[in-house]
Amino acid sequence: MELVKRVRRGDHAAASRSLSIVVNDEKDSEILAKEFFKASGSAQKVGVSGPPGVGKSTLTGRLIGRYRADKLKVGVLMVDPSSSISGGAFLGDRLRVMEHATDKGVFIRSLASRGMIGGLTYAIFGAIHVLETLGCDKILIETVGTGQDEVEIASVADTVLYVTTPSMGDEIQAMKAGAMEIGDIFVVNKADLAGKDKAIADLKAALGLGHSAGQAVKAWEPPVLAASAKNGEGIPELVRELDGHWKHLKASGEGRRRLKLQHATELQFWIQRRVIKSALERVTDKILEDMVLRKTDPASIGRKLLKA
Amino acid sequence: MDKPLRVLIAKPGLDGHDRGAKVIVRALRDAGFEVIYTGIRQTPEMIAAAAMQEDVDAVGLSLLSGAHLTLFPAICKELKKKGLKDVLVFGGGIIPDEDIPVLKKAGVDGVFGPGTPLQTIVDYLKGKLAVAQ
Repeated sequence: MELVKRVRRGDHAAASRSLSIVVNDEKDSEILAKEFFKASGSAQKVGVSGPPGVGKSTLTGRLIGRYRADKLKVGVLMVDPSSSISGGAFLGDRLRVMEHATDKGVFIRSLASRGMIGGLTYAIFGAIHVLETLGCDKILIETVGTGQDEVEIASVADTVLYVTTPSMGDEIQAMKAGAMEIGDIFVVNKADLAGKDKAIADLKAALGLGHSAGQAVKAWEPPVLAASAKNGEGIPELVRELDGHWKHLKASGEGRRRLKLQHATELQFWIQRRVIKSALERVTDKILEDMVLRKTDPASIGRKLLKA
Repeated sequence: MDKPLRVLIAKPGLDGHDRGAKVIVRALRDAGFEVIYTGIRQTPEMIAAAAMQEDVDAVGLSLLSGAHLTLFPAICKELKKKGLKDVLVFGGGIIPDEDIPVLKKAGVDGVFGPGTPLQTIVDYLKGKLAVAQ
């Protein structure tokens, strides 16, 4: 409990230790997690998602800079994939935001996905709550570089920033279901490269197709912006849109709806970790051997593992 | 739960020769470590702050410019200042044998020169950190 108090006072070392306890599910993690959950719920959680190499980390670095100029406290969680072979991970996002390393108003933590598919890690909510308790006004959550199907961030963050570049494909790519549906704000990064206008037009066209089909105008129409994380172009406009979305969430019922979705997801992750993962960890070679010999079957052994 | 060990690999000072650091990062990743690499040209303060926020078990320093006698001890000092007394510090690069005792006295636990087999470093870390846990 002393640890929680220290985190509340803004102690970075205590926050770092707490993150490890919660993420690794160490002793007392549940007692601590309860306290952190109670203290959470006021920061804007911004998800930064998009394919690998589009500049999510560099853009995150720029956003930190803008928020710091307004004296806001910023927490950053950067997720990179764990190896399915060794279990190890190369967490290389932090490298792009090192200019903020010694800023006392910024806390950055790299997380490995540790077996979760979907661009995040099961421990993400626990980590978010620690940073909320630390007093962060804005929490930036950078996902693993995503493909077309990783949408988990939409049920973790309040605002999803979907990052793409001028060379990510035409309108047809942008029309597909999945990752493209979850963006609250779209940004074509690397706007210093050729092709940004075409990319923006394609994105807008794909997003606007619903209207031409007679769908009602939504309360929040996702804006499409150009930015260059490299030279800083478009960043103030981007932050204005992020603030605008936060205001929209608070003013409409959407904020509450999303918070409930987040809590449902947090509960789902908890069950995933405690029940499903622990059941799977009890699958032994002996069990598989029995299945090969047809002594047992998936349903029988599955029920047994869930009960144990 | 068997938690992966976390290691920060950093390049202090002004040389940009980071191939060695990257080889170590890759070897540790393949050995099951979670490795954070902070890139080239880092100050002792930046490295210590990153080590603190990432709550790493070890910090590995790579330096080829010859400034290790200044920078490695400075980093050990910064880590202690941040309360990171239990973090294992190791280093590598172009480091003359006669400098090794000086570095060890300053808090660098292991020093690995050119040609060290990667497995030696992996075994060293696993051995040291298993004892610490």
